[in-house]
Amino acid sequence: MALGARRGSSYLFLIPAFLLYSAFVIYPLFTGLSYSFFSWKGTLRAGFAGWDNYAGLLAGPFLDQLLPALGHNALLFVGTMLVQNTLGLAFAVALSRVRRGKRALQTMFALPYLVNPLVIGYLWTLLLSPAFGPVNALLEPLGLAMPWLGDPDTALPTVILITTWQWVGFPMLLFSAALGGIPPEYAEAARTDGASSWQVFLRITLPLLKPAMATVTILSFIGSMGTFALVYALGGSNGAPAGATDVLGLLFYRTAFASGDVNAIGTSSALAVFMFTFIFGSTLLLERVLRRRA
Amino acid sequence: MRALPIKVLLWGYAAFSMAPLLVMVLSSLRPTSEIFDRPLGWPTGLGNYAKAWTQASFSTYVVNSAVVVVCSVLLGAAVSLLAAYPLGRAAFRGRGLFAAYFVSGMTLPAHLGVLPLFYLLQSMGLVDSPAGLVLVYAAGSVPFNVFVLTAFFRQLPHELDEAAALDGAGPLATFWHVMLPLVRPALATVVVFQFVPIWNDFFYPLILMRDESKLTLPVGLTHFFGQFQNDWGTLFAGLVMTTIPLVVLFVLATRHIVAGLTAGMNR
Repeated sequence: MALGARRGSSYLFLIPAFLLYSAFVIYPLFTGLSYSFFSWKGTLRAGFAGWDNYAGLLAGPFLDQLLPALGHNALLFVGTMLVQNTLGLAFAVALSRVRRGKRALQTMFALPYLVNPLVIGYLWTLLLSPAFGPVNALLEPLGLAMPWLGDPDTALPTVILITTWQWVGFPMLLFSAALGGIPPEYAEAARTDGASSWQVFLRITLPLLKPAMATVTILSFIGSMGTFALVYALGGSNGAPAGATDVLGLLFYRTAFASGDVNAIGTSSALAVFMFTFIFGSTLLLERVLRRRA
Repeated sequence: MRALPIKVLLWGYAAFSMAPLLVMVLSSLRPTSEIFDRPLGWPTGLGNYAKAWTQASFSTYVVNSAVVVVCSVLLGAAVSLLAAYPLGRAAFRGRGLFAAYFVSGMTLPAHLGVLPLFYLLQSMGLVDSPAGLVLVYAAGSVPFNVFVLTAFFRQLPHELDEAAALDGAGPLATFWHVMLPLVRPALATVVVFQFVPIWNDFFYPLILMRDESKLTLPVGLTHFFGQFQNDWGTLFAGLVMTTIPLVVLFVLATRHIVAGLTAGMNR
């Protein structure tokens, strides 16, 4: 091999990517960890703080923001799993029985996820507007007009519906691909043995979709925990109305850049480390649990 | 069997999936007063677009976004291509470690390092500069790019390197003349896949950019929404203009990727 002959050249090829990635991805993550153990006066390091910044996260006023935000992320994940991914699976199964127009359908289902989440957020803000929005105008005659994003009780479910509308094509495509990989002989054999199509689905198709389900679950988790632009467009950086759509990403942004706290760097770095540990740790845990037998 | 209900359901949902986007496009072509009168209706003219393009700074945002995205994608693809070549084709000490180091970035929530990143760029004088954004995006694209390109390099036949070495080509010449033409399809994939998230990214410019004249589209869009709050027609036009480049890319790229793949097959 040309490269094997001159060993050193392999490293030369690696240098640009190594430097770029180390400086702008890895180094900030590690430095953020060290930031979290210092107390700060503005941008000046004021002294070693030990675990004080972490204790600050658990102190009353901050915890009152942290817990609801974390809860909203968790609800988004649960909602995504129950609504978006269940629908995605149903659509994939339904599509597998359709011959004509399959590609066109897939494209139409998937198109919204190409659109910028910020655009999606603003678009739905306008569409769902109580005064001039077309959605309530259509639902009004049916007596189904709702405050949608305007009411703290309906705001988060509305966010889940909007997320579903945008992303349902994604689990659908993954499940479609997985379904396509299952040999039709399995179902045929079961049917010859007298299994109903529901039994075939539950006993044969579903177990074989486990790896795809693991992938969809993990990606949904990462997506739900990292949501930012969509909720920013729908409810601003405070998660309006009344913090009903506040999530970890918005809380981190406010703490780091809009809190006016002298120790903003300390607190927000501790929050970043907490989020990192929680998201990355949970992802690894999900990987282990879901892929054990898959 | 029960084919009809399934078809009705699927086409019904497809209509639901497309309807909001259709309303967006139709509304962008109607004056605000008409939208307030009747939320749904037929298009009448392009006035909103002219307004968004000139009165709001959409022209500036679009140019800024285009420059940042193109530079980021090219830089990210170039360094990843160089790195993927030895990772996919050479045997050297630490190869597995390097590969794991790069690819681990695919699961790291990298945006959580934004605060140190801000101060790092500040120390380099690159806050509020398109160059800073380009470095951040290019670096962020390395994990996925290296992953895809390494896999692609690995499956090219080994005889290629041997033949090139016999002809006296060094690593760089082999890379440039033999490998580069062959990886073009994978390169197209990488470019298209990075274009969309970078074009759409809102988080980094929200924190790293301040100067109105240097804003990229997403942050520009938030300013625009504050500014034109009650001018819905113009707002819809702005939303469409932010979306169109991706649709264009989608149409162009499908053709490009197919062309790249068939070109690879003819060799």
